[in-house]
Amino acid sequence: MEQVNIMPNAYVPTAGDFEFLSRQDINVDRNFASQGYWKGVAIHFFRNRRAVVGLVIVVLITVLAILGPILSAYGYKEIISVTNDAGKQITAGSISPQLPGLFGSENINPLFADKTFLFGTDTVGRDLWTRTWFGARVSLIIAFVTIIIDMIIGMSYGLISGYYGGMTDNTMQRFVEIANSVPRLVIVSVLAIFLPKGMGLVIVALLLTEWIGMSKIARAEMLKLKEQEYVLASRTLGAGNFRIIFGQILPNTIGPIITQVMFSIPTAIFTEAFLSFVGVGIVLPQCSIGSLIEDGFNNITTLPYQILPPIIVLALLMLGFNFIGDGLREALAPKLEDM
Amino acid sequence: MTKYIFKRVILAVITLLIIVFVLFVLVRVMPGNPFPSERMSAEQIANKRIELGLDKPVLVQFWDYLTKLLHGDFGKGTSLYNGAPIKTVLSTCVSNSFRIGGLAILIGTAVGLLLGITAALNRGRFLDGFCTVFSIIGVCVPSYVFLIFLQYYFSYRIPFFPYFFDPGRFLFSAVLPSVSLSLFSMSTVARFTRNEMVEVMDSDYVRLAESKGIYGPRLVRRHVLRNALIPIVTVIAPLIVDLLTGALVVEKIYGINGIGKLMVDAISGEGVDYNYVLALGILYSSLYIGIMLVVDVLYGILDPRIRVSAKGDA
Amino acid sequence: MNEKTILEVKDLDISFRTNAGIIHAIRGVNIDLQKGETVAIVGESGSGKSVTMKAVAGLMDANATVNRGQVLYRCAEDGKEEVIDLLTLSKKELRRRINGRHISMVFQDPMTSLDPTMPVGKQIMEGMLLHGGMNAAQAKARALELMNLVGITDAEHRMKYYPHQFSGGMRQRVVIAIALSGDPDILICDEPTTALDVTIQAKILELIKDIQNRMGLSVIYITHDLGVVAKVADYVNVMYAGKIVEVGNVNEIFYDPKHPYTWGLLSAMPDLDTDDDRLYSIPGSPPNLLHEPVGDAFAARNAYAMRIDEKAEPPMFKISDTHYAATWLLHPDAPKVEMPPELKARLERARKEAEKYI
Repeated sequence: MEQVNIMPNAYVPTAGDFEFLSRQDINVDRNFASQGYWKGVAIHFFRNRRAVVGLVIVVLITVLAILGPILSAYGYKEIISVTNDAGKQITAGSISPQLPGLFGSENINPLFADKTFLFGTDTVGRDLWTRTWFGARVSLIIAFVTIIIDMIIGMSYGLISGYYGGMTDNTMQRFVEIANSVPRLVIVSVLAIFLPKGMGLVIVALLLTEWIGMSKIARAEMLKLKEQEYVLASRTLGAGNFRIIFGQILPNTIGPIITQVMFSIPTAIFTEAFLSFVGVGIVLPQCSIGSLIEDGFNNITTLPYQILPPIIVLALLMLGFNFIGDGLREALAPKLEDM
Repeated sequence: MTKYIFKRVILAVITLLIIVFVLFVLVRVMPGNPFPSERMSAEQIANKRIELGLDKPVLVQFWDYLTKLLHGDFGKGTSLYNGAPIKTVLSTCVSNSFRIGGLAILIGTAVGLLLGITAALNRGRFLDGFCTVFSIIGVCVPSYVFLIFLQYYFSYRIPFFPYFFDPGRFLFSAVLPSVSLSLFSMSTVARFTRNEMVEVMDSDYVRLAESKGIYGPRLVRRHVLRNALIPIVTVIAPLIVDLLTGALVVEKIYGINGIGKLMVDAISGEGVDYNYVLALGILYSSLYIGIMLVVDVLYGILDPRIRVSAKGDA
Repeated sequence: MNEKTILEVKDLDISFRTNAGIIHAIRGVNIDLQKGETVAIVGESGSGKSVTMKAVAGLMDANATVNRGQVLYRCAEDGKEEVIDLLTLSKKELRRRINGRHISMVFQDPMTSLDPTMPVGKQIMEGMLLHGGMNAAQAKARALELMNLVGITDAEHRMKYYPHQFSGGMRQRVVIAIALSGDPDILICDEPTTALDVTIQAKILELIKDIQNRMGLSVIYITHDLGVVAKVADYVNVMYAGKIVEVGNVNEIFYDPKHPYTWGLLSAMPDLDTDDDRLYSIPGSPPNLLHEPVGDAFAARNAYAMRIDEKAEPPMFKISDTHYAATWLLHPDAPKVEMPPELKARLERARKEAEKYI
């Protein structure tokens, strides 16, 4: 047969070229070879530069929040004394940051040559390096604890509401609508009547508000999944409602829920910071990101650097979790463009 | 359409009533004893309870409160402002807060829309990147932090703007708080607008419009913007609520006599002022429900899929 | 390019930038379209058929790059004829001169291809008002005419409807009316019936065919449905992994296919009379074009693959003046391979079936 378009570097067949390949494997699809769902998600996630940056930031801050206070020479509420020129012991209050390189060693007050404070000290004489990481730890604990409880509550609520449908769903959704119409501020203020100020108030306030978003997502997923064949199949096989909801459907809603968690954690940290700033959150000498910002604000004219560490940590945490959330969302539902 | 609006209004009113009732029960009835017991004898307390109507059944108390409320009577504070009528205190505060908050929302949405549209039209280029970075910063840093910095640099280091709010020079002293309050809405609106527009620009119907020869500003105006902007209405409502929360701290920092500061005073002082908590709770809730109602109705008017029912064809 | 050719895609080569790397989606495609004729492009999803036609219509995504090639269009305007390479035109020129007025497109999913916020009448009139030099009254009259032509009754009233007030089939009629509004020469239909009910599919195909005859349109169908192809096409291009692997007129492709991929496609067609009790499908899936294929891209799924298929890409072999295929099986030195006997029997049956109706 005639060969038409002569390619620029046309291949000249040699002997043996026209032998059939004796292969049995054409039925094996090598393009989609055994790549599991979660493996695919992980590949997408780690290919996303921003998501990785977010993850690194969050991990780094978490590690510092755990190790910082432990490795520090000072306690978070310890009022530190230093020796001055005259050899007298004084409290080390209001010291500027002594970050080598950044502020220069000339800034280090020779008075306090026997001790260094990377982030400086507050007006009372507590080490801000220790307090910053201790505060970060408190904020992270509050965020994680509340969001995980919220996840459990919201998920169960949403899954049950979506699964049973009908009257159950209607009633449960009316309740959500009403609960969702109460601004968080109002919930906090009413709680302030019943609860003492402190970590407990913050946690309860978050518990009462953040589950709603989770329940909405869980319900939407349930509505999508419950008509699928595998659910019908297991129902025909006699699986109970409880088993179908929590055994069959729940594992398939994990993706969107985790994404929502990643967006809820920054909200929780934000709320904690805000409540502590307003004065109904963490009480001294305990500290959190929010109370540290407030303290910094109170001393901003005398000690302007004091406010920087907690703000930077807060912003980085927000950034990190938002990036992780975005990355997860994209990895779970990749578009061609991001592939 | 009228039916749709009517239904929404009824639902909103019922929701509000339920919330007011729950708040009332939680704040007025449950704590039991809104006056310091050490300073009063049992008899005095009993008299005071009768005077305040606390001995009547809950529903009667609620009805009394509601009828007073409808006449604008919120009662008196228990500890704040020496028991001045809440209504008087509120009217000044509401006006201050609304003006600053309104300004912030205005700046936020206007600039946010502009940024988002510019970014979407320059997708993948410098302006798009700039908008992304800007909105990330705006979302990651609380508004009061911006205010702290602005106040430190532009009122303290360079004393240009007043350090504290001055009602006499309203516009001038509203600049810093409204700008810092607007940054969050600005970033959110910018990000949302950008993503929404990009999605619409990739949609089949914009392809079809292009395939019939529509291009440039006409394409953006007639097909992209119209479709992209409708959903943006829905983000404005939660933004206003976030703004209210942010305003709490901003008002405290900048010394603004507003409802946010009032709320902080009511809950963070030595004793909680129940009546203020109740009054402000009702105010905030009705504001929130009102905004959501407006958004719902607006969305219905803007989106023909809701405005015009699908009964036309089979 | 001869006198009758209205569109010629020449050695088109396109790649996409993505996060994962460069996807070489179109690897040297040639397609001819003669005036008044219908050409079908057939292939699995991801074979590049839509991308090729988007390039023709100037609707490529922003991350696409044309590496080489031409899209030559014989443009008849004001009695003058000139051949334009559409790829050299700016986006603005394309929209102003070509889109709508010369080349129109009908998209796959009528549920998403109409602007939900604009009444359909306006959407039909928009192009005419902008390019057609008509005033509002003329445009409206023409829109009514078009709506009647595509079979929308009570057009006067329904012009004011929004897309959501129409059913899927009706929406596709509106989309066709929009595509026709600029009086084009070429209509590109990207799987126009896949999203529709089977009963409506036939009606829409009839409609397009009818309009084609009346208006003297040249039509390009993009489809994976060989049933559609048999019904409407004069010529068929079989596309695989960004290349045309076989081209011929409809009889040649259906009764004398040469490429193993075409055999696969034909075997995979559901058929009522078949003796086979299982439905055949081509093994494996199309290659990932992130990685440049070595040799014949189809080799990995080909039961007749030879050693040479792993070394070099086959050139086009000529079978007749209109029939070409790119497979080494057609090389003079290659062993003689016939299509699978089941397929042969099937095609024979189909031919007899068809002859009955002539």
